[in-house]
Amino acid sequence: MKNPYFANRQYIIIGTFLLVGLIFILRLFYIQIIDKSYSLSANNNVLRYVTQYPGRGLIYDRKGKLLVYNEAVYDLMVTPNQVKNIDTMELCRLIGIDYDGFIERIEKARVYSPYKASPFEKQISKEAYGYLEEKLYRFQGFFVLPRTIRQYPYPIAAHTLGYIGEATQGVLDKDSYYKPGDYIGISGMEKSYEKELRGQKGMKIRMVDVFNREMGSFQNGKYDTTAVMGENLYTSLDADLQTYGELLMKGKRGSIVAIDPSNGEILAFLSSPTYDPNLLIGRVRGENYTKLNEDPLNPLINRAIMGQYPPGSTFKIVNDLIGLQEGTLTPETYYSCQGPTTSPIKCTHHHVSPLDLKEAIKQSCNPYHWQVFRAILQKRSSGSIKNAYDAWYRHVKSMGLGAKFGSDLPFELSGNIPPSSRYDKMYGKGHWNAMTVRSLSIGQGEILLTPIQLANLAVIIANRGFYYTPHLVRWVGKKGNFVPRFREKHITTIDRKNYEIIAEAMFQVVEHGTAAWYKLDSIPMCGKTGTAQNPHGRDHSLFIAFAPKDNPKIAISVIVENAGFGATWAVPIASLMIEKYLTGKVKRKDVEQRMIDFNLLSVK
Amino acid sequence: MREQKNTFANIDWILVLMYLVLVLMGMANIYAAVYNEAHNNLFDISQSYGKQLIWIAISFVIALFLLIIDAKFFSQFAYLIYIVCIFMLLVVLGMGHVISGSRSWIKIGSFALQPAEFAKFATCLALAKYLSSPDTNLKHFRDKAIPMIILLIPMLMIFLQNDTGSALVFFAFALVMYRKGLSGKLLLIGVIVTILFLTTLLFDALIVAGVIAGIALVLLFFIRRNRKNILSLVGLLVLTVGFVFTVNYAFNNILELHQKTRINVLLGKEIDLKGAGYNVNQSKIAIGSGGLIGKGYLNGTQTKYNFVPEQSTDFIFCTIGEEWGFAGSLAVIALFISLFIRLIIVAERQRSEFSRLYGYGVASILFFHFLVNIGMTIGLAPVIGIPLPFFSYGGSSLLAFTLLLFVFIKQDSGRMQLV
Repeated sequence: MKNPYFANRQYIIIGTFLLVGLIFILRLFYIQIIDKSYSLSANNNVLRYVTQYPGRGLIYDRKGKLLVYNEAVYDLMVTPNQVKNIDTMELCRLIGIDYDGFIERIEKARVYSPYKASPFEKQISKEAYGYLEEKLYRFQGFFVLPRTIRQYPYPIAAHTLGYIGEATQGVLDKDSYYKPGDYIGISGMEKSYEKELRGQKGMKIRMVDVFNREMGSFQNGKYDTTAVMGENLYTSLDADLQTYGELLMKGKRGSIVAIDPSNGEILAFLSSPTYDPNLLIGRVRGENYTKLNEDPLNPLINRAIMGQYPPGSTFKIVNDLIGLQEGTLTPETYYSCQGPTTSPIKCTHHHVSPLDLKEAIKQSCNPYHWQVFRAILQKRSSGSIKNAYDAWYRHVKSMGLGAKFGSDLPFELSGNIPPSSRYDKMYGKGHWNAMTVRSLSIGQGEILLTPIQLANLAVIIANRGFYYTPHLVRWVGKKGNFVPRFREKHITTIDRKNYEIIAEAMFQVVEHGTAAWYKLDSIPMCGKTGTAQNPHGRDHSLFIAFAPKDNPKIAISVIVENAGFGATWAVPIASLMIEKYLTGKVKRKDVEQRMIDFNLLSVK
Repeated sequence: MREQKNTFANIDWILVLMYLVLVLMGMANIYAAVYNEAHNNLFDISQSYGKQLIWIAISFVIALFLLIIDAKFFSQFAYLIYIVCIFMLLVVLGMGHVISGSRSWIKIGSFALQPAEFAKFATCLALAKYLSSPDTNLKHFRDKAIPMIILLIPMLMIFLQNDTGSALVFFAFALVMYRKGLSGKLLLIGVIVTILFLTTLLFDALIVAGVIAGIALVLLFFIRRNRKNILSLVGLLVLTVGFVFTVNYAFNNILELHQKTRINVLLGKEIDLKGAGYNVNQSKIAIGSGGLIGKGYLNGTQTKYNFVPEQSTDFIFCTIGEEWGFAGSLAVIALFISLFIRLIIVAERQRSEFSRLYGYGVASILFFHFLVNIGMTIGLAPVIGIPLPFFSYGGSSLLAFTLLLFVFIKQDSGRMQLV
């Protein structure tokens, strides 16, 4: 034997040691340096990200009255596999559920995840939480997550303020800011100012041990972020005026929009029937929402921006303005009216004939305005009916009619002012004329306008030719923080002097004309009534107005659906609103009471 | 016999230093594994690091004592110590305390001793004693059989205590036998058997058999094709394939479900992160998340928050991996390998055959623990509960390892004396 004492075997043994050491080092190199998945798993083990929810911004009216604030509620959360040895009956008693309810909730949470926390009972009131809190330590596996819900001190302006709800799957897919269970503005200002109101969520990173017990903050909170409260909205709404408007509109369908003409700030914005915004919060929300959604009167619809109405006679002044601007009409232009026998459009009013522009507006004479409209479309220098119509169309559009304003409320509808191409399509090019589209002369036919557009028409005449986009929010966050686009002046295509003529005529409407019953003693008011035929039943009662005549402070549109003559319902309501806003109180209690008592809905 | 001038004159300080470093590192890591803000007094003996500190102190005293007493004591009383140990194992089997499913503890006050740990030391002594006798020749059957019996008695008894891990440690003595002259082929066969065993479990038995047949076919082209070679090749083929099917049968029909699961998880055939695979998975997460330089001392989240079970005992290496990262793990492995190599070098310089073989025994036992323990934490070895020498929490193992090592250091310091 070459090596009788096997001395060289020591090297084989040492070699084995070295080999094992090398294998271990390579393996460690792989799992510690190359493969990053272990670090991720370690973080999953230990780190728990706890979202800090910011308070949502508050909403104020123009005088500083709080319209929307937050109240704390508490979601009772459960981590099913941590629940052990608890007094089930005691817990059920504390939150007011029965044993079956307990089992059902636990099972639901277990289906979501036995290891992760999920809501056991949502939105426990402050009072119930008070009792629960003291005993919570005895219910292992349960903890409480503070949340906030919206509260409304005044039950008004539901459509304008809007409501919030849990973010839907669609939102979650689109925007990673939202996590399941987060709240998001769904309608009204809650939706359009969602980004400002929601604030900034914070994140606390906690470390937990193997039993999911909290072991403190991660790296002393170095990576924690605090929640930033949402910005407050300072709206232009006048809570008193809004409340009063809602009182007047009780039992009626329709809308009131009141605007400060000098800056486009909306003072009252209401759609009737309405609802108490407190119905759509907290635990009662789901049930109430279903009820409201199924109501045939559509209380959830905001008619002020979504209701599209034929403007009726209120539209006559638009044609008058265009006629004056185009030179096809002067204040001294006389047309005759044969009353009910006039062709092609009859007149239902009793007045002198022939009559001039001022008288025609005062009496809302249909034949006169057909002539005004015909003259515009048959203007010789236009060359063709199509060109004349297009000129008319541009003037109408410059007044913000038939298009969305891009105001600060979502779901606005545009109304309808048909372009010439529409008639080309309907009748064929060159196969239509003033006669074909004669309904437009008196605000019927294809024309549809929204209440906000009608109110803005009053604003334009009040301002004698310009407007600011009607809007609800004066400042975001702090005083003076304007939304820039609401400060842009929009100038119409009609000259100031023509507006003066129409304003004077509208003054006459209130003084001696169709609205004379409800003129105000102290305040010179201008207005135009409308009685719009529509396919839904009785005529809509319309009125647009502004006051005072010079240096106006308020412009308003009132629509009462299926109520009949404009002069009967819309005029007194607008008049009361103006009185309320300008004088702070209403003297004509009898009129007021008659309006409040008038109930169209119970008649149906 | 020469007069010895100074008790400490010929001590191998390198080994002592390595020992001290390992024990102190172990202590630091036990503290880290158990650490929490509420109990952070190092000397609090209600906590395991406080207890470990006492064990370390006792170990140091014993180490000192071992250096002082006569080096010949252990070679002379090797068999006696062995017999005492066997007796203790018997006692434990009869009336031991059961901790974590193993009946392997003797309770003295609040401290528990594990005779199995000392059995390794005693067996090492006895084996070295027998093999070092001048007329031992491992070619003789008798001289192969008696060492086997010396190993098998304590091994069997520990196995009966349900402490499989500690029982397996006795396989480590194969290295001692190998050094003494046991045929390398036997060890090779052992290795091949192990590989066949694992591949059979890992893949389908038919596939493994096919691959073996393929290898045999290839070999057929390279060997001289005479009758003897072909016959032995065929014989080998039949043997290995037979073995493969036997293993397959045994695995599916003899092993219990939890044992099968454990092996399957190790082999990666089964992923069971909540059950048998939980320990290994959490252990790998802890070590893997350490990165290059670790999370810093006492900042390991996985170990501190108890995601890794048994982290102060069998899974102590996780703390090192997580808090000290690859750099720290590398240092610990390098230190252990250096210790093993140093032990071999020192063993080789012994004039006494007993001392040399005993040294090999020490290196083998320590190496086996190192291999299985760290291999287990990084997913290279099955989960077998044996401690990492000098690191793991536990008084018996620390005392036993200290005893094992310092008896050798003492033998070495006396190497200049006449045998």
